[in-house]
Amino acid sequence: MSWGRVLRARHAVARPHWRDELPALLREGTQGGRKLLAIGLGRSYGDSGLNPDGAVIDMVGLDRAIAFDPATRLLRAEAGMSLDALLAILVPRGFFLPVTPGTRFVTLGGAVANDVHGKNHHRAGTLGRWVRRLGLIRSDGGAVELGPDDKSGVFAATIGGLGLTGLVAWVEIELIPIASAMMEVETIPFGTLDEFFPLAAESDGAFDYTVAWVDCLAKGSALGRGIFSRARHTANGPLVVSKKRLGPRMPFDLPGFALNGPSVRAFNALYYRNGGRKAGRATVPYEPFFYPLDAIGGWNRIYGKRGFYQYQSVVPPEAAHDATEAMLAAIAAAGEGSFLAVLKTFGDVPSPGMLSFPRAGTTLALDCANRGAATLALMERLDAIVREAGGRLYPAKDGRIPATMFRAGYPNWEEFARHVDPGFSSGFWRRVNQ
Amino acid sequence: MKVIILGATSAIAEATARLYAGEGAELLLIARQSERLETIATDLKLRGAARVETAVRDLTDSDSIAEAFADFVAALGGVDHVLLAYGVLGDQKTAERDLGEAQTKLRVNFTSAAGWALAAAEVLERQGHGSLVVLGSVGGDRGRRANIVYGAAKAGLAALVEGIAHRFAGKGPRAVIVKPGPVITPMTEGFANRKGLMWATPETVAAIVRRAADRGGPVVYAPWFWRWIMLVIRVLPAAVFNRLDI
Repeated sequence: MSWGRVLRARHAVARPHWRDELPALLREGTQGGRKLLAIGLGRSYGDSGLNPDGAVIDMVGLDRAIAFDPATRLLRAEAGMSLDALLAILVPRGFFLPVTPGTRFVTLGGAVANDVHGKNHHRAGTLGRWVRRLGLIRSDGGAVELGPDDKSGVFAATIGGLGLTGLVAWVEIELIPIASAMMEVETIPFGTLDEFFPLAAESDGAFDYTVAWVDCLAKGSALGRGIFSRARHTANGPLVVSKKRLGPRMPFDLPGFALNGPSVRAFNALYYRNGGRKAGRATVPYEPFFYPLDAIGGWNRIYGKRGFYQYQSVVPPEAAHDATEAMLAAIAAAGEGSFLAVLKTFGDVPSPGMLSFPRAGTTLALDCANRGAATLALMERLDAIVREAGGRLYPAKDGRIPATMFRAGYPNWEEFARHVDPGFSSGFWRRVNQ
Repeated sequence: MKVIILGATSAIAEATARLYAGEGAELLLIARQSERLETIATDLKLRGAARVETAVRDLTDSDSIAEAFADFVAALGGVDHVLLAYGVLGDQKTAERDLGEAQTKLRVNFTSAAGWALAAAEVLERQGHGSLVVLGSVGGDRGRRANIVYGAAKAGLAALVEGIAHRFAGKGPRAVIVKPGPVITPMTEGFANRKGLMWATPETVAAIVRRAADRGGPVVYAPWFWRWIMLVIRVLPAAVFNRLDI
């Protein structure tokens, strides 16, 4: 099942625990034309982590650190290791992930396969830029070791390659040093998109991490209001791993009516005022800053049995203002609330992968509860705005767009397709190749 | 803290070793496959273990167990905790019909394990402190047709460890048999549906194993509710029990 819970599929699953088991599983999984896909912690929202009627190798049993050298800042680990487990090793030693997505419950292999980005994209680029080596096992050529010096194109295809270029067995990344596990965070409310862009431009120059939450139900003069937050690692402080234990878990699916227009509207209005009240500087541990949603285990269940869609787009800088405004207006008009609408400017650091999502511009990410046709219609309106602006959607969050939209957004797709391992496929890949 | 782990490549052993590593313990890992052993050893060092030694040995080999165990203790420079965590479940149907297979299963799960447990008991008793924690199974609490040979071996092992705990009484060391219910590990790969309340993760069981080394009684169920389930199963009259397909 995908993290969005709208898309579900049946698979034949293998759960290896050792690297020496992988070659045989690969042979077995691709036998008789069957297609294979490696999966991790299942945080992909759409169908990029599903392989309907095919085989999957669940990699979370391969979760060991292989080598770490503080002098070179290189860490090598098995692909199934979670970022959570990595942080537990790194933080006490004064190191941090060079790039981290909004959840630490993803595997290293999954993070590379989606070439994830974080709040420091304007400085650090994507995680793929920090990958120094990786071990790839192909159904048509055995095990290879690849790095940025690879001329064949397989490395560039594997970074952000959605697991389609073969089985990533291990990854070596370069880390960044930190002096403390604390973050110095500044929170600034903004009233409109016209205020957001200059604020983002100014902050990107002075802060490592920037991100904004937008109230996408606010209309008219309040359209585009939100809360901007910018942060850096503090220069002094303890090097302690944030609390290991999670907070409460969602024990059941919330009934569908719980998240309706008025309740989300009220939540967003309250959140905006609360953000206004808390505006200013604070020093907090890295965990609530980077991973607020990790505090609630199984938070995806608040959207109930029908699940939800996540929508994340990026539009180029020249179109950023108008396209973002048009999207927010469309969302507000549809009354489709979203708890977590996130706005961020991506820097112009090039992404190393052929299918990497991040590019210079502005990215908007939102959750939409699945209300059937109305939700799909809204997302199609957003698609049209994104396409017109020359933007694209994030495959990790998509389970829906037609092949034409994918191809328009990823002009390298044909080159990428040449590097796809013939034994590998996914629901996503079959959909965008229809 | 110095810890010897017999059968270190099992999923529950590895999860427990990670807890010890997080405490900065010194570990000696013993298993058959050297490459896998090294994989775990490197990982545990990075997870915080002060020192990780490995020894390659087929633990089912019952030759000179006492000497081998003394070598382990010497290699580590002492011992505080001993975890015995290896076993094979195998295919029940084969074990029932094929006597050779049944003998092998008994040798792995009982005969050899008993040898190591007794060797460890000897060392712990002599030094007057330390804990011996042995992985048993709820399957040893009452003989069932689904699990005749494995259950019998684990029943024997439980009785042995309880006996050691009795022998230790008032002398300082501890001996504990931890009896997990079904756990999602490679041992149970292939079971149809490993979801639901009955199935525990290796991490859950590891936390119980780790705690058992420090405190609690000589018989620990993992998770705790199996104590009550197995109590009911044990007292069921045969007339009722025979009708159950468990």
